[in-house]
Amino acid sequence: MRELICICCPRGCRLTVDDELNVTGNFCPRGIAYGKSEVTNPTRVVTSTVRINGSDLAMCPVKTSEPIKKGNIFKCMEEINKIQIEAPVHIGDVIIHNVCGEEGIDVIATRNMEKI
Amino acid sequence: MREVDLAIIGGGSAGLSAAVSAYDAGIRSIVILEKGPFLGGILNQCIHNGFGLTEFKEELTGPEFAARFIAQAKERNIEYHLNSVVSSLTKDKVLSYMNPEEGAVEIKAKAIVMAAGCYERSAGAIAIPGDRPAGILTAGQAQKFLNEQGYMVGKRVFILGSGDIGLIMARRMTLEGAKVLGVAELCAWSNGLNRNMVQCLYDYDIPLYLSHTVSKCEGKGRLERVTISEVDERKQPIPGTEKVFDCDTLVLSIGLLPNNDLLNNLGIPQGRSRGSEVNERLETSIPGIFSAGNVLHVHDLVDNVVEEARVAGKAAAEYILGTAEKTDNDIKVIPGNMIGYVVPGYVSSKGEGKATLKFRVREPSKNVYIVYTLNGKEIKKVFKPVIIPSEMEIQSLPKSLFNGESGTLTVSLVKKEEVK
Amino acid sequence: MKDVIIIGAGAVGAFIARSLSRYTVDALIIEKEFDVGDVTSMANSAIAHSGYDPVPGTKKAIFNVKGNRMMDKVCDELDVSFDKCGTLTVALYDEQLPMLEELKKRADINGVPSEILTKEQVIAIEPNISKDVKGALLCPTGGNINPFTLTAHAVENALDNGLKIVFGEEVVAIEKIEGGFKVTTSKNVYETRVVINAAGLHSDDIARMIEPIDWSIHARKGEYYVLNHFAWGFVKHVLFPLPSEKGKGILVTQTTSGNYLVGPSSEWVDDKEDFSTDTLTLADVRRQATDMVPNIPFNEQIRVYAGLRATPSTHDFIIEPSKSYKDFINVAGIESPGLVSSPAIGEYVVEELVRAVLPLKENPNYNPRIKPYIKTAFLSTEEKNELIKKNPHYGKIVCGCEKVTLGEIEDAMSRSLPVNSIKALKKRTRAGFGKCQGGFCQPTVLNLIAKNKGISPLEVKYDGEGSEIVIEEVKKEAK
Repeated sequence: MRELICICCPRGCRLTVDDELNVTGNFCPRGIAYGKSEVTNPTRVVTSTVRINGSDLAMCPVKTSEPIKKGNIFKCMEEINKIQIEAPVHIGDVIIHNVCGEEGIDVIATRNMEKI
Repeated sequence: MREVDLAIIGGGSAGLSAAVSAYDAGIRSIVILEKGPFLGGILNQCIHNGFGLTEFKEELTGPEFAARFIAQAKERNIEYHLNSVVSSLTKDKVLSYMNPEEGAVEIKAKAIVMAAGCYERSAGAIAIPGDRPAGILTAGQAQKFLNEQGYMVGKRVFILGSGDIGLIMARRMTLEGAKVLGVAELCAWSNGLNRNMVQCLYDYDIPLYLSHTVSKCEGKGRLERVTISEVDERKQPIPGTEKVFDCDTLVLSIGLLPNNDLLNNLGIPQGRSRGSEVNERLETSIPGIFSAGNVLHVHDLVDNVVEEARVAGKAAAEYILGTAEKTDNDIKVIPGNMIGYVVPGYVSSKGEGKATLKFRVREPSKNVYIVYTLNGKEIKKVFKPVIIPSEMEIQSLPKSLFNGESGTLTVSLVKKEEVK
Repeated sequence: MKDVIIIGAGAVGAFIARSLSRYTVDALIIEKEFDVGDVTSMANSAIAHSGYDPVPGTKKAIFNVKGNRMMDKVCDELDVSFDKCGTLTVALYDEQLPMLEELKKRADINGVPSEILTKEQVIAIEPNISKDVKGALLCPTGGNINPFTLTAHAVENALDNGLKIVFGEEVVAIEKIEGGFKVTTSKNVYETRVVINAAGLHSDDIARMIEPIDWSIHARKGEYYVLNHFAWGFVKHVLFPLPSEKGKGILVTQTTSGNYLVGPSSEWVDDKEDFSTDTLTLADVRRQATDMVPNIPFNEQIRVYAGLRATPSTHDFIIEPSKSYKDFINVAGIESPGLVSSPAIGEYVVEELVRAVLPLKENPNYNPRIKPYIKTAFLSTEEKNELIKKNPHYGKIVCGCEKVTLGEIEDAMSRSLPVNSIKALKKRTRAGFGKCQGGFCQPTVLNLIAKNKGISPLEVKYDGEGSEIVIEEVKKEAK
């Protein structure tokens, strides 16, 4: 049995997940999904920045389009850290395809940055 | 002098939301004045996710959330000016602002929505003992350097205060290669949201020292060392409990304060939140001047900010159109036992519908009732199994409970066993 | 060989330099910090004392009174804020009333206008003062002064008139040579005919480099609170309490920028580099201050700081040639009322002591005025527009708390006196001095300094050696 704090939303429900993966303490269904995955295959959305050329700022914020395996966070950072992009860039533009080899999960831009 | 219907001070989430809501309520002559070089305000540097679950039913990062509201304002062709700091405001709603393109401008507005957000409490404000070298800075400052400019402010970092930005920065700096040695929190509980405790501290094995504060900073040019101490019930360091950390950076996440000088300087009374006192329509003591968002009281979630600003935008529109319902403001709302502040400061006893009250508790409690008393008489109580200071409470009271009675409404917390 | 080397660019060194710049001399100021006025001249009470207090006949009395009389002109020429709001020396206990009479007599002898006010008169002009007040001595010629620009603008003026300055060089040895002195710093060796020792806290160390001395300088620390400026007036005069058993000398005053200062404490410290503040000391400052002015709005506190007074063992200013050499001049122990005395000291040192050992020829290009600093926030709408039309950067506010524009920052960085640090820029322009303490503007300011000096942001210092703000670029491998 594990006690967890749900991170799906700021409410932060206190969950209990038993050995049969039954989740209690959740306020909404997302808590059940989170509880199960946190015990079996914990994942996180990674947010960071990449270098951008030709815009007002040096950095463009990015995120993984879906949560990636928790164990892949620093590997994901290594991939992100190598990238340099050119302005303009728009929210949702794919920066890295299939990050850390996770099929269908991309690193995408999260800010509209125009060329100056 | 140029005349407009509505001037909005601040082009962050609150200002944009108020503008959109006023527009949708029929106002076309709107000007947003944003001090920074972009619309969206501080959200632009909050690149982490967790925004928008209430508003958009999805999890967005700060810049994505901002972009949605920027788009809404732009779709409506709402006028805005960037790099425009409002330097003065009069009771007659004449405001002066300045930017490089237009120069110094005075405009007279029929209504004003104050949406200037908040600022971070600094090291000086809490008089951190010891030296004052480089390397002591606020979480927001560190965030701007890192997320927008690509600079690290330190490699070995200690964090004072468990506010959300501090926790977020603990994770950000760890991901970017810094060693975060720990977080000290003066209170016996965390002041950040639970989810941030998990995904920012626990995920990276960053220790949290509750009931601790920084009792000494040392370093000549650059910070070299911080000492933390456990604190007693009076929040004073207890000798003999010192722990020393060799670090080059102390990041502060010790609270946010409403950036409300313009309204304070008009003599508008301040509430306990340090924002202006307002009524249910978020109108201050000067008719036609409204306040919303973090300049009114510091919110937990941006979703709540935009919702509040919608109320202010709509109320400002009704004021301009002359369709506003009369508000008596005959009930003064005050924070009672264990309550930090309550917004609004006034509600009207008459009228239909509900009065929405927002407040924060002073410390975490279990099994308590939120008790509402009007002139000493209990009119409602709500049971809460858990209530914590990091979350803002939003509660609605049916006005029928007031029975048309004027006076003082007190919001208090009472332990279950003490309730008769 | 240089004509003159001035060691130290505090207020005293600054005004010696300015007085010297009237003449055609080859003079160099050597400053160990990275900015002028970076030690005692920066962290003090920012008061221009009237001169009622020093014992008549002392150097303190003479230079204070003279300096105060010079101050209107000096501040006009150097574009420095001086608010002659008057000082009130306050009696809170009946037994202090005779002391007011005593001080009034001193003021009369020193030639300083003053007036004893009754309780009612004091409360009428300072409504927030304790209702226990028994009376006060009003000195209308005292007031607040901006210590940062006083020092910086005096140096700027001296540099405009031809003097030179070096920063980050600490004098490590001085040797008597034929016709003058050899001055060795941490970076260079200079030869000069005259040395003026204005090294503040370290002036005894400098003096000892050429001869044994029978005086010494001790650091006496004072800790202060700074409150934000706010629209409602709080106190209008500089309020000093008379010393009593409960404490001495915690003043409450507005500053020239509308902030409020509460302090200082007084504590001897061994380490002349110890600028740390401490919780118990500040709590005591607060307690004493609230005896005189209850309800000080400490929730408006934005900063605390500590300054070190350069207190001489002789209890009076030391302004004289060294015993062995008439061309080695010590100007030491300039503690309070040193700030206000500095223009008078500067003039005396040059006209009496330097002139005695060096022929002084008028500088034909001498201009006592500096180019005024535009302060956009204080202009009318029309004036702002005229200015912004010429230079749009005056329409771009960088520091929102203090309403400092990009134009003002660029102006400060274009002067003869360089801006070497974020703190220097803060002292010149007030950018970062407000309630957020640079929380919002520091990243912008840092980049402006880097751009102006043609250096990387990684090299921009907050203040002294090793005080860089950002220390590494992230994602370098992406470049």
